[in-house]
Amino acid sequence: MSNVFIALQKNEETRCIINAIVADNPDAIINEQPAMVKIDVPNRMVIRKSTVEEEMGRDFDLQELHVYLITLTGHIDETDDEFVLSWTH
Amino acid sequence: MDIKVNKKLGLKERYNLMTRDLAWTPTYQAFKDVYPYMQYEGIKIHDWDKFEDPFRMTMDAYWKYQAEKERKLYAIIDAFTQNNGHLGVTDARYINTLKLFLTGVSPLEYMAHRGFAHVGRAFPGAGPRVACLMQSLDEIRHAQTQIHSMSNYNKHYNGFQNWRHQHDRVWYLSVPKSFFDDAITAGPFEFMIAIGFAFEYVLTNLLFVPFISGAAYNGDMGAMAFGFSAQSDESRHMTLGLEIIKFILEQDPDNLPIVQHWIDKWFWRGYRVLTLVAMMMDYMLPKRVMSWKEAWEIYAEQNGGALFADLARYGVKAPAGLAQACKDKDHLSHQAWNVFYNYAAAAPFHTWAPSEADMKWLSEKYPDTFDKYYRPLWEHYAKEQKEGRRFYNTTLPMLCQTCQIPMFFTEPDDPTKVAYRESDYKGEKYHFCSDGCKNIFDHEPEKYIQSWLPVHQIYQGNCFCPDVDPSKPDFNPLAEVLRWYKITWGEDNLDYADSPDKKNFEQWRVQATGN
Amino acid sequence: MAVTAIGAYEFAPKDSVDKFPAPLLYVCWEDHKMFCSPFAVPFPPTLKFGDMCKGAFPGIFGAHPDFAKVDWDQTQWFKSGRPWRPDMDKTLAENGLGHKDVIRFRTPGLTGLSGSAF
Repeated sequence: MSNVFIALQKNEETRCIINAIVADNPDAIINEQPAMVKIDVPNRMVIRKSTVEEEMGRDFDLQELHVYLITLTGHIDETDDEFVLSWTH
Repeated sequence: MDIKVNKKLGLKERYNLMTRDLAWTPTYQAFKDVYPYMQYEGIKIHDWDKFEDPFRMTMDAYWKYQAEKERKLYAIIDAFTQNNGHLGVTDARYINTLKLFLTGVSPLEYMAHRGFAHVGRAFPGAGPRVACLMQSLDEIRHAQTQIHSMSNYNKHYNGFQNWRHQHDRVWYLSVPKSFFDDAITAGPFEFMIAIGFAFEYVLTNLLFVPFISGAAYNGDMGAMAFGFSAQSDESRHMTLGLEIIKFILEQDPDNLPIVQHWIDKWFWRGYRVLTLVAMMMDYMLPKRVMSWKEAWEIYAEQNGGALFADLARYGVKAPAGLAQACKDKDHLSHQAWNVFYNYAAAAPFHTWAPSEADMKWLSEKYPDTFDKYYRPLWEHYAKEQKEGRRFYNTTLPMLCQTCQIPMFFTEPDDPTKVAYRESDYKGEKYHFCSDGCKNIFDHEPEKYIQSWLPVHQIYQGNCFCPDVDPSKPDFNPLAEVLRWYKITWGEDNLDYADSPDKKNFEQWRVQATGN
Repeated sequence: MAVTAIGAYEFAPKDSVDKFPAPLLYVCWEDHKMFCSPFAVPFPPTLKFGDMCKGAFPGIFGAHPDFAKVDWDQTQWFKSGRPWRPDMDKTLAENGLGHKDVIRFRTPGLTGLSGSAF
């Protein structure tokens, strides 16, 4: 089973997003690099709007991710509530 | 009149309304006249509406987020400039990576802008057309922000001032230039596989992630800012690349062999260009984030492995050159840096032999190869330099007809033997650095017999200023080529140890840290 | 194979011999990759092979510490990768060398800096 991953710039907004990823993906592997964080999860990763909003204490539009994204891998499925990366079909 | 209050639209509905629903089928003109480039490459598309951008990004949202990125970027660049941020980098050697980037990569961003504008126009499908339009706008933004950010360095350091002029002329810059010229002169489908898939999806992580992380690690907030700002667009580009290849393969089984050939070709073309990144990571960064070998393992072997395992369901195989590229990872950066050490007089940035501390790091990262094959070379150079004989190679190298890189690559299973391949075409001999480059030539010889090989062009007399007089007794061809390159001797070129950049940086640092 | 194109696609080769001052010869000294790649040099076809080795090569390869120890009588030659025996007293043309030929030489016993092939 291959990993999917996402890498984000390191800042206050993404600290909340990363916390949300860890909360919703128990197998997440966090890799801190200079000015960025790379998160690997076996096969499937979900980013939930509701969890991020809880972490941030404000409304969050999942498309805001675009401002902080560095790179990702896997097939994407995005709705208003969830952003999913996976190698499944 | 009834007033109907609509609820807020969901992402999927919004995407459909704002992309596909805004498209139309032409009726005044024949479809094939409006979209004339859809047939000749042999790719068969039956239903363009099957393509969907999984980000479901619409133009209105695009403008909003791009504006936000620009605001963030320029806030950082202003702060960096106002605080003389350039004096905070680890060492002025680092700044040479920016010269390499500005001369070699930024002009490609501009070409990508043109390429995606062209492809977006050529595709009849609204989904890919909008995604290509966004990417085209992204790419010109990247070119502009990179030029703008690095103009700050141009105020203080040599080698930045003639980047555009040099991109079209200097020997090593013909490598990235010809790579992109090759892609942009191909048809729209090949361009998408070449740049959208092979470069953006499979290889771009190796260019941007280590470069930007390296900038951050070496205290360069300016480059980090433009790099991250550009990279935030890359995820969209990568997604377009992956979705378009899946779309093409799902449309018709006849597309597979054509696409496979393009994957093989463009993986190899892109990999050869990344040679410059390999040496940048291992030799040019004073503080290194990871080795080229480690980056290759993460992004090409693991991530590329996952990707091609997934694409296997379409019958796609991993690129033909991948196995060789994996063998090369222990050697590539060391061999490449030797080329620039050799020809340091003819490049608008500085090179140097690695220090004892650098070599310790290199031998830890490359335990099987560094001490055995490469350490003796650097120790020899250091000794020679100490005795006042810094080695500069003054004879021009043999170049590969396809990738245009000096023929330094070794046989995949013998790092002591330079690899040679050759082909005959219409009575002329052509030489290549690898099976990958030879195969590309053999498939389309008419294209690559036109290669503008810098070394051959110099010998043909095409690389001199118009006022030159070769019949004069004091005619010095190499000096005249540098004049045509607009490289200022002793300022832009030669070893870092003797450079004004080094002297100035040390002086400014003293001024910055005391009275 | 042909180029996939929207029209006729035929071009003259950019590097035919008539465009150079002399035919190009590619030369490499095996096991001495300090010179990072083989060299490309336009040599007059009338140049004697021995004169190239003894007259031109010092300027090209002389910076390597092994160069002073080269014995031209012991040198092994290759043309396009195959063993080949040039005649030192004959010209390049008489030795059958033409435009864009690639020759390499090996110097037994001399294998670069600390035997590293550099």
